[in-house]
Amino acid sequence: MNPALNAVIVIVAGVGVCVSYFWLANLVLDKVIFPARGAHAGRNITRANRVRPWLFLFPALFFVGVYLAYPVFATLWLSLNDRAGNFVGLRNYNRMFSEPKFGESLRNNMLWLIVVPAAATAFGLLAAQLTDRIRWGSIAKSIIFMPMAISFVGASVIWKLIYDARDASLPQIGLLNAVWMQFDGGIGSVLMLQALPVIVLVTMALALGFGTWLLMRGLRGARVPQVILRLVLAVIALVLAGVALRWAWGAVVVSLPYGRPQQWLQLPFWNNFFLMAVLVWIQTGFAMVILSAALRGVPEDTIEAAVLDGANPFQIFFKIKAPQIIGTIVVVWTTITILVLKVFDIVLAMTNGQWETQVLANYMYDKFFRAFDTGMGSAAAMIIMALVTPILVWNVWNARKEMR
Amino acid sequence: MDGIVGSKPALRWVTHITVALLVILWIIPTAGLMVSSFRTGDQITSSGWWQAFSTQEAQQPAIRITGDEVQEGDAFVIEGRLFANAATISAWGTSSREPEAYAPGATADIGDGVTLTLAEDGAFRLTAPNSTADMRLPRVFTSAATAPEFTLDNYRTVLFSPLAGQSIGQAFLNTLTVSIPATVIPILVAAFAAYALAWMQFPGRAMLVAVIVGLLVVPLQLALIPLLQLHNAIGIGKGYWGIWLAHTGFGLPLAVYLLRNYMVSLPRDIIENARVDGASEFQIFVKIVLPLSFPALASFAIFQFLWTWNDLLVALVFLGTGNDQQVLTGNLVNLMGSRGGDWEILSASAFVSIAVPLLVFFSMQRFLVRGLLAGSVK
Repeated sequence: MNPALNAVIVIVAGVGVCVSYFWLANLVLDKVIFPARGAHAGRNITRANRVRPWLFLFPALFFVGVYLAYPVFATLWLSLNDRAGNFVGLRNYNRMFSEPKFGESLRNNMLWLIVVPAAATAFGLLAAQLTDRIRWGSIAKSIIFMPMAISFVGASVIWKLIYDARDASLPQIGLLNAVWMQFDGGIGSVLMLQALPVIVLVTMALALGFGTWLLMRGLRGARVPQVILRLVLAVIALVLAGVALRWAWGAVVVSLPYGRPQQWLQLPFWNNFFLMAVLVWIQTGFAMVILSAALRGVPEDTIEAAVLDGANPFQIFFKIKAPQIIGTIVVVWTTITILVLKVFDIVLAMTNGQWETQVLANYMYDKFFRAFDTGMGSAAAMIIMALVTPILVWNVWNARKEMR
Repeated sequence: MDGIVGSKPALRWVTHITVALLVILWIIPTAGLMVSSFRTGDQITSSGWWQAFSTQEAQQPAIRITGDEVQEGDAFVIEGRLFANAATISAWGTSSREPEAYAPGATADIGDGVTLTLAEDGAFRLTAPNSTADMRLPRVFTSAATAPEFTLDNYRTVLFSPLAGQSIGQAFLNTLTVSIPATVIPILVAAFAAYALAWMQFPGRAMLVAVIVGLLVVPLQLALIPLLQLHNAIGIGKGYWGIWLAHTGFGLPLAVYLLRNYMVSLPRDIIENARVDGASEFQIFVKIVLPLSFPALASFAIFQFLWTWNDLLVALVFLGTGNDQQVLTGNLVNLMGSRGGDWEILSASAFVSIAVPLLVFFSMQRFLVRGLLAGSVK
């Protein structure tokens, strides 16, 4: 049968089955099992009402149970077996940890986890703050938001054209190389490609240092979990500041290969950033939409008071608005973090993990669907699960707090 | 308020310029691919897409002289035009080693008494002492300025003539076949569950909500291997049933979460009045809550549709790779592997695959935004 016809039948049948399940189940409950008449009418109504929620919930719980909850345990079990189904304990994990490709995936995933949420949130915040204040802001928002609708694979094609490289004697059709070929090593190139990055990186390092100072200042008088959280964040900030300074030094001493078109996706280490750009491009719109709503929710009178006190726009943004939307920023950040952990399509389509761009999700796919090793594949999936778990716990904890 | 803050003209200019830069940065990648999809393969490789709108001075691909010969006295002559469209030749040649040997209007001696004259507008005149019937006519290399030109041929090719046995038109239908049932079914299942979680009292409700929130985060990767084994065990195997069920399962936590959040915010009075008037829970749900929840239903439907349409991983795992099951994203990945340099094919294929989501996006942006906000901001 033609799949499209099949689909129509499935829609009709699916909707029919769903509706009739709910309707019939209710009917049976009220009229047959616990009829609201006779000697026990009152008791029956109470009982029926006690059962009814589960009637409503059953299909959803069934699907979620089979398709999401059961696989977590099944994957855990599979990860302890070899591909033939013999129990091997933690041997799969051992083998995985000793594979260089796995270490590379883990390192790249960490890079993605740091760069993508930070960049997307920062760009989103910038776009949200600026577009809210101009008349053509809504059009600008629409355009920045648009990549959300484009599939990761579509986006990969779009960006592959940007990164395209051809021999130096031919006209470049990739935008990035066309721009790159404009630089000739003169004073303009040095300013743009060395001085500017150094300034940005040093500023970043200084900002991170300032953040560390703020974190340490609030240490006194804080409670124990707070102290731990602050110390951890401070250490991370310091490490990142160190990295930024090292890169700044790198930008000072680097000698760039001017006049030669670059295969951007094959430059080890840096190609990760060219892949990340795709996800940042997609996710900025998401961050912008949510942060823009949060910014509009900031009470007017707090801003008014700040204006009357003579605060400048930067002070208003960083001291009045940002602290009030910090909760939303955290939500956006974690949402993008979760997405990053599962990122698969972009890497598969653009490099397929070659040239040191492997990430966990693609590594897992590789192990299971190309090497047909269920044990190693499951072990890799469990690593992704382990990385997501802190966010899961935090989310559940928040939800419970809210329900009370 | 904004009036006060933005009253400094310098700052307002900075704002305008920054936003303009962001917008340009964000639209350029897509625009580049879109422009490329309307150019021929030769155009794409001979100049960047950003030059597509201006007259191009470039090396044209070699063109072999063709035409009917006419006898003029004791010479045989072929006359004709090199280009179908307007072009201005700046230099030309008859061998690939010297493609710019002659100026327009000059006459080249090809040997054996054969001469070729090429005018600036592409008109040529070939004269030979003998008939050219059994002679290999020369190829002409030109550097010419051609006017901007766009074509729909790429779309015709990818939609109607299958490439390597996989037609994009068929993949389009397959994708539609995957995504519509996978959008409709979870909505119904989730709506009832969301109602129960929002408006019915029963022990364990808070815990169930927490479980749903937890499952929102569970990575898809975890589910693939066990579910594929399960599908094989119960006889579904790889096919549409498998992917419909999988998408339903994966979409449910978000659906339940979004719909419950929305339903909780409905006015309590309406529902309690209906209860007092003797409406059953089923009636309340179908007649009151469901119609009122339309915005939330619409936003989830858009999410789920975009997600199922754009998905690659689930389709790779749960669907087969035959022509009747290949979806657009899978097809595109294959094309990137096998025809990575054929930008005219790739760009048109990519645009076919992102056209529907973009249409949905621009026509229903409002619901999408509302759904995002309901899902993330509290």
